[in-house]
Amino acid sequence: MYDFAYHKPTSIADAVKILSADPDARPISGGQTLLPALKHRLNKPSALVDLSAIAELRGIKRDGNKITIGAMTRHADVASNPEVKAAIPALARMAESIGDPQVRNRGTMGGSVSNNDPAADYPAAVLALNATLVTDKRRIAADDFFQGMFTTALEPGELLVAIEIPVPEKTGYAKMRNPASRYVMTGVFVARTGGNVRVAVNGAGPCVFRQTEMEKALTANWSPDAVANIKQSPEGLNGDIHGSAEYRAHLVTVMAKRAVADAG
Amino acid sequence: MPQVTLTVNGKSHTVEVEGRTLLVELLREKLRLTGTHVGCDTSQCGACVVHVNGDSVKSCTMLAVQADGAEVTTIEGLAAPDGTLHPMQEAFREYHALQCGFCTPGMVMSAIDLVKKNPQGLSEKEIREGLEGNLCRCTGYHNIVKAIAAAQEVMHGRRSELASAAE
Repeated sequence: MYDFAYHKPTSIADAVKILSADPDARPISGGQTLLPALKHRLNKPSALVDLSAIAELRGIKRDGNKITIGAMTRHADVASNPEVKAAIPALARMAESIGDPQVRNRGTMGGSVSNNDPAADYPAAVLALNATLVTDKRRIAADDFFQGMFTTALEPGELLVAIEIPVPEKTGYAKMRNPASRYVMTGVFVARTGGNVRVAVNGAGPCVFRQTEMEKALTANWSPDAVANIKQSPEGLNGDIHGSAEYRAHLVTVMAKRAVADAG
Repeated sequence: MPQVTLTVNGKSHTVEVEGRTLLVELLREKLRLTGTHVGCDTSQCGACVVHVNGDSVKSCTMLAVQADGAEVTTIEGLAAPDGTLHPMQEAFREYHALQCGFCTPGMVMSAIDLVKKNPQGLSEKEIREGLEGNLCRCTGYHNIVKAIAAAQEVMHGRRSELASAAE
């Protein structure tokens, strides 16, 4: 790892000030992705801005029909939070399925969402739940946030502060893991919120995406059978030694069925 | 250079580190607590697991500066000052839950966190799932799982003494 300067601001304003003044500075949340990347010297930040001392970035609260999750909330806390378990059970189960217990004790929801790894879990939940991404500057709809492989709408120096989720009626998630890395090969998150159905696919393509044909079918008939005959095109999906684009396309239908069954 | 003040096994230390110094490097190289091992150095194997503020973490994937102000417990901090082993250590000994021993410190630290957070008791399957972040390349998992199952009974006060492996 190359060395870097280290800052530990205690307010969002101070963190943004350091990040804006130095384009090569990077924020660090739980570090479970960033530190391995730094060890491989894939990245050479001049400074790391540790967000862990900023209390307002942490915690989960329910306010009427909205759950707000602070960006620095750890996977372990999303998984065990009673409000999340009651209102968005598939999100709690998803958090419990990330990495291993030690990774879940450090890694954060905001870190994962901001990184937008195509094989990460949370982007599928955020997109299917039609969440709003609140930054230090603005509010971004999930549909506008995830823009491509490891690319989001966040501008340099802009910090994700919280994820606001309208409380859904039903949620389900199913994924096929890579048997070695345990990352998502293909996952599907289904959510019905205020009568609207959204289906998000992760792992299969370079970026999380919505499967609108399945959304229409599930709006008409909320059952695994409704999506059983809908085929995902392999065009543009990832193909590698672990699975071809055709295999991942096939998995989209299989995981969608399981996700609806999971939602009940 | 950044300065870090942290409590390790009940003792306060103030140490100068580089920004990039890992927590495991601080423990092993600065404090000479070499019971915490580095296996893969890629946050997969779990040989480096320690407790930070009561949670098990991989100390190869945490910066020393991130542990500023934290309470850290390593394998060296488990036994009582008179040498009496922690029930989990005693169970690993009784159930022969180690072969080469390299993964053992991380296994014990992960197992203690797992048991503490599940006072209702863990099934064999839940213990195996809870060890997802720890690899034993001798593949000695079977006795490790048995040891944890026995230790949880003592840790939660359901038994005063460890069930013998012969039972």
